[in-house]
This record gives sequence, structure tokens and C-alpha cells, in this order.
Amino acid sequence: MTITADQLFVSLKHAIVGWFPMFAQPLVSILLSVSAILLTFGLLFAIATLLERKGLGRMQNRYGPNRVGPFGLLQPVADGLKMLVKEDIIPRHADRVVHFLAPIALLASVLLAYAVLPFGRNMAPADLDAGVLFFFAVGGATELAVFMAGWASHNKYSLLGAMRGVAQLISYEVPLVISSLAVVMMVGSLSLVKIVESQSDFHWGWLGACHVFTPWGLVGFILFMTAAAAESNRSPFDIPEGESEIIAGHMVEYSGFKYALFFLGEYLGMFAASGLAITLFLGGYNAPFSFLNWVPSWAWFFGKLFALLAVFIWLRGTLPRLRSDQLMNFAWKFLLPMTLLNIAIAGLWRYAAAWSLPGGAMTRWILCAAPLVAAYVWLGRALHPHIKPRTYRFAEA
Amino acid sequence: MNSDSLGPALADTPAKFQLTPKDSDTGELDGDLLEVSMGPHHPSTHGVFRMDVVLDGERIVKLKPVFGYLHRNHEKIAEGTSYLASIPYTDRLDYFNSMTNNWAYCLSVEKLAGLQVPERAEYIRVITAELSRLQNHASLLGFLMHDMGTMGTPLMYAFREREKILDLFESLSGSRMMCNYHRFGGCRVDLPPGWLDAAKKVVTEFPRFLDEFENLLTTNEIVMARSQGVGVLPKELAVNASVTGPMLRASGVNYDIRKVDCYGIYERFPFRVPLGDHGDVYDRYMLRILEMRESLKILEPALRDIPDGPIVDPKAKQRGLKPKPGEAYGRIEAPKGELGFYLISDGSTNPYRYRVRPPSLINLTILEDMCLGHTVADAVIVLGSVDIVLGEVDR
Repeated sequence: MTITADQLFVSLKHAIVGWFPMFAQPLVSILLSVSAILLTFGLLFAIATLLERKGLGRMQNRYGPNRVGPFGLLQPVADGLKMLVKEDIIPRHADRVVHFLAPIALLASVLLAYAVLPFGRNMAPADLDAGVLFFFAVGGATELAVFMAGWASHNKYSLLGAMRGVAQLISYEVPLVISSLAVVMMVGSLSLVKIVESQSDFHWGWLGACHVFTPWGLVGFILFMTAAAAESNRSPFDIPEGESEIIAGHMVEYSGFKYALFFLGEYLGMFAASGLAITLFLGGYNAPFSFLNWVPSWAWFFGKLFALLAVFIWLRGTLPRLRSDQLMNFAWKFLLPMTLLNIAIAGLWRYAAAWSLPGGAMTRWILCAAPLVAAYVWLGRALHPHIKPRTYRFAEA
Repeated sequence: MNSDSLGPALADTPAKFQLTPKDSDTGELDGDLLEVSMGPHHPSTHGVFRMDVVLDGERIVKLKPVFGYLHRNHEKIAEGTSYLASIPYTDRLDYFNSMTNNWAYCLSVEKLAGLQVPERAEYIRVITAELSRLQNHASLLGFLMHDMGTMGTPLMYAFREREKILDLFESLSGSRMMCNYHRFGGCRVDLPPGWLDAAKKVVTEFPRFLDEFENLLTTNEIVMARSQGVGVLPKELAVNASVTGPMLRASGVNYDIRKVDCYGIYERFPFRVPLGDHGDVYDRYMLRILEMRESLKILEPALRDIPDGPIVDPKAKQRGLKPKPGEAYGRIEAPKGELGFYLISDGSTNPYRYRVRPPSLINLTILEDMCLGHTVADAVIVLGSVDIVLGEVDR
């Protein structure tokens, strides 16, 4: 068997598994997948925190961390050590068991979501037939962890944060699921691997057939990313943490390594949501252009992941935070109707392919995009009818 | 503590609405309402300030501002020291604006002792006060945006501009924040060489910062949605609560002491007084932007026309000043509102009575009326829009 760069990790795993006796091979295979995910995304977490602090620093006219190691590259190591040696405080009135379990529950449910993500060609740890369903099912358990943390801490800020968190996470689960439904409908499969493979063609021989290059795909991607930002408590939807309002929300009473676990859980949740967005809309591990097909598939996945991460950092550095009631309004009155309309548009797109329209593909595009733009404008205006820029007067003389 | 001891206003409120007497050690939740003590250690209370809030869900049912954590006996100390020795203490009132604090105090003493201020010193006073206003308003808006959750980006932009102005203050007075610069009948030292050119450069570059800041934030939909209609302070209530400064003008009351009193030489400069119509957080935000633009209209001619001459009245005695018995109240339009000093002299070297009218404290008293019915998130930005410095609130 020839080893290509594309299949490097797959071949490596096969080789290692081959060293073990037959009866141990399934277990070893699973352990290898799990440890690879833990190592890769643990490292990615370290890189992401550094990248975020550096990126935010640059946006704010400062350097960001640059003291530990060359260019501050060892900052995550220093942070990790600091978190490890810090005192782990459990409040006197806290429910000790639940307080202990909450970060573990968060991390476990988030890590389970990685089981179905295809990181590269033949690199999906578990190709489930209902992969999308599995992803949302385990992702839904994060609400429980947030609530456990908030309730067990026996702190009023924690409680407020947990209530905000649960309301927000449940509300945004709905547009998140429905926006991915359009993809499921078009591909006709819930398997993430099949969804990626459906995007492996090239339009006109060079442009990747990603779903994001269709009207419903583009709108679906934006809606999905908006809901994903809310799901992973990222700015401008970082209301459960709400640093300037309720200090750190459900994480107020956590310190040391448990706090680090919460942090890790949130970042891993963000990576997982981004990974799903890549898989559903951005063509997964496929190259976006045919002439770049020689780049290994896993490099494309992680390249796209970093691109989405940069968007998250950019948003965090620029946008103010919404208020919780405005957040709910946005979810139910804007995102949800848009996602529902998007499903209908996806159907229209499918059937319009068979119609002999004058003007061909361009007309099909306009036909499908027009209702979405109209709905965007109308719903957006209806969301804040009284909000507008003002003019000011000056006192006479 | 029973309900009677809280006075007639609270006597008929149900026990669960009352704030302090709870046994808060166990943090028991009483009924449907949640009592949260925000502060004195809280990231958004702008210092050691506490808000005792009673929440129904996240709506505020009751809010009690609690202050005094930073009380350091400023007024009594000033009665025990000479007039001159109080100037450095005034720096520490509103530590963002030591220049205007100095000016207000010196104005009172000048009234008390009947001193005149030379022309050049009047110009320097106007220049330092307006520069102080620029950096105060800029950093306040940064803090307000930080309270809205922008992760400090606008704050850092504002601090970049503030640093330039603090550099000017440093080269002028030797200190960036605690300037201790104004003196009775003038100023302490003359402008260093090249200072005017440096100040002109800062003033000409400032509109670029304002335009950038406005482009990023003024029409941002989240900023508008968060701040419009939030924390409304009606005109009548603002007047009755003796609110002053940009907060009063945001409620639509035309009252700027620079225009009303014409202290110093402000009548020479062509500046206008912007007014708001709604009195909400967005108006307070915009009023500060507009006031910064008007301050620039004062600074440009002031830096151009400043004459040569003495910087302090040679007849004014600094050490051992003994004003004739009497009383005086001097007030100026400080960036936060009306800053006044009330002095009574008994003919000795110390004031017999020394009283500060702190704009931060008086603007803060109306906080509950602005916050009721809004959420915790709103209370934070309403507090941010009031513009307080705890050094001045608690004195």
C-alpha cells in the first residue's frame, strides 16, 4: 500500500492497529481515534487561546501576550500550569457532587460530538447513519452542564447565568438544527460522510460544489454560524458569561482546573460547531478549487476551521453584547422564520433545476435569492421598529 | 432591624422588598424575588460602588445605591489645612479631571479673596479644562461600550487618545493625572516650549478619532438597540434631582454653566450647547460625542489666540493666604456636571467650612428611577452612562 500525504494518518493508524492481536484490534482502533482527537483538539485549544488573545490585542492597539517564549508562543503552557497549581475552591454552600460533575458533563458531551465529524478522507471516527442527529443530541447535553454549574454553585450570579444560559442554548438549538435541515434534505442523508461526499464535485471544472455557493447554502451557513456563536456562548451572544453584568455567570464559583475545563469545553464546543458548519456547508475536507486538490484533505478541514475561528475572534473584538430579551427576539422572530423559509427555498432550488428558465442558472439564482433577501429586509426591520439613528439640536445662542 | 427603623418611605413596603436586614450569609431566596448585591467588587461598578438590587427574574424591582467605601474625609481635612495645601487634595476628587477640580477650587478661593487672574492664565485654564473634558468623555464612552460587552476595543481606542492628552498634562505639570496645576490667581508654571504646537497637533488629530469612533459605534444596530429607550430620565425629574452636566442636557434642559455663568473667558469662544430629546442612554452617549466636537471649537481659537504675559497675579499670596471673613461659592462646568466649592473664611489661614458639590454623587442619586423595570444588563449601562468617579462620590 502506498502512503500518500492525504491518507498519512489513516495508514499510520492501520499500521499500529496491525501490531496487535486480532481480538484487541477494535479496542485499539477506538483508543487511537479518541487519543488523536483529544491531542489534536487539546493542542488546537492552546493555539486558539493564544491566537484569540493575540488577535484581540492587535484589534485593540496592543501586542497581546509576548513575554513567555518567543513571540509569547509558550503562553498557553504558562496558563495551563497556572490553572493546574491554583487552589480549587468549592463554596461552603455548594452542592459538592454536582459542582464537581458539571465541568466533566460539559466536556464529555462536547467531546462526544467529535465522534461523527469527518476530519479528512476516511478520517471520520464513527460514520453513523444518523450523524447529524447524533451531533445535535450530544450537543444538547451542554445545557445540562451549564445548569448544573449554575445551580450547584449556590451563587446568585451563577444562578442568573445558568438561567440565561439555558434559555439561550435551548432557543438557539432550534435555528441551529433547522438551518442544517436544508442540507440534510438536499443530500438525502443524515450521515456526515455522505454529506461531505455530495460536495466533492467541481462546478465548471474548478469551483468546488460546496453548498455555500448556492442561495440556500449561503443563507443557511450564515444562519448556522449565528446560531453556533450563540450555542458556544461567543460574543455577541456571550450573555450567560456576561462579564460586565454577571461577572462570569455559571463559572463564577469555579477556579483552578475546573475553570480551565469549562474554558476547554466552551472552545471545544466552538470547534465542533465550526466543524459541523464546514462539513455541512463549506465542503468539509474537499478542496474549494480543483487545482488545489493536491493539498491533503485533513489540511483543508483544519484550514477552514482556523478561518472560522478567525471570524469568531473578529466578532468578539468588534461587537457589543445583546440583552437577553433581544437575544430571544432575535432567535424566535428572525432566525427561526429565516431558517424555515430557507428550507422552502432549498426545495425551490431543487425543482428549479429541472425547469427550462430563460437566462438559465442566473435566473435560478435570482428566483431563489429574492425571497430570502426580501425576508431578511422585512424581518430585520420588524425586529427593532423603534430603533433608528437620531439627529440632535443645539441650544439657541 | 425592623421595618420602622428604615423610615416612613419603607415602612409600608412588604418585608420581602426590604434590602439590608436579611441574613445574607445563607443566601436564602425569599419568595419569587432575588436580592443581589452588585458590588463593591464588581467589574462594572466603576470603582467601589454597590447596587443592592431586587430582581424579579431579571427585571429590577428595587435598586439601592450604596456608597461610602472610598470615603476619606476630604472636606474635614481641608478645614484643617491651609488654602494652598488643599489643591493637591482636590486632584483626588474626580481623578480623571484634576485640572477642572483645581480650577473650581481656585475659582472659589479667588472669589473669597477677591483675586484677579491674568489673561494668559485664563487661556491656559480654558485649554486645560477642555483637554480634560475631551479625555474624560472619550474614556467614558469607552467604558460605556465596555459595559455593553465590546471586550474593551473601543476602550482601548479611547485610551490611545487619552494618552496623548495625558502626555500634554505631564509635560505641563509634571504629573499625568494628579496635575496640581492651578493656583490662586493663575497657574503654577508657564507652558513649556513647544507645548502649544504639541497641543495643536492633538486637537487637529482628534476629529479623526471621533469620526472613527462614530463610524464604528453610533449607528451600530446592537448599540442602538441596547441604549435607545433605556434608562430614560425625564426633564422634570432631572431638574428636581438637580442633575447637571451632559446628563441634564441629554434630558433636554439647556443648562451649561459655561454659558450661564460665563466664568473665565468662555464668552469669547463660539461653541454651542447640544441637547437631547429622549434622555436615554443613547442620548447621553451622543451628547458626549457632540460636546467633544464643541470642545474642539473652543480649543482651536484658544490655542491660536493665547497672549503672552504673566501666568499668575503677582499680588496673589499663595502661602499663608488669609481671606477676609466671608463666604464664597465658585462653580464650573466640569466634564461630569456642576462642580462647586463652598468656602467660609473666618480670617485665618484655614477655611472655616469647606464643602464640595460633587456632580457624580448628585447625578447618581437618581439611579433607581432610571433603572426600575429594566434588566440587570441595562442597569450596568445606565450606571455607565451617568459617568461617576468614586473618588468624587465618596470624597
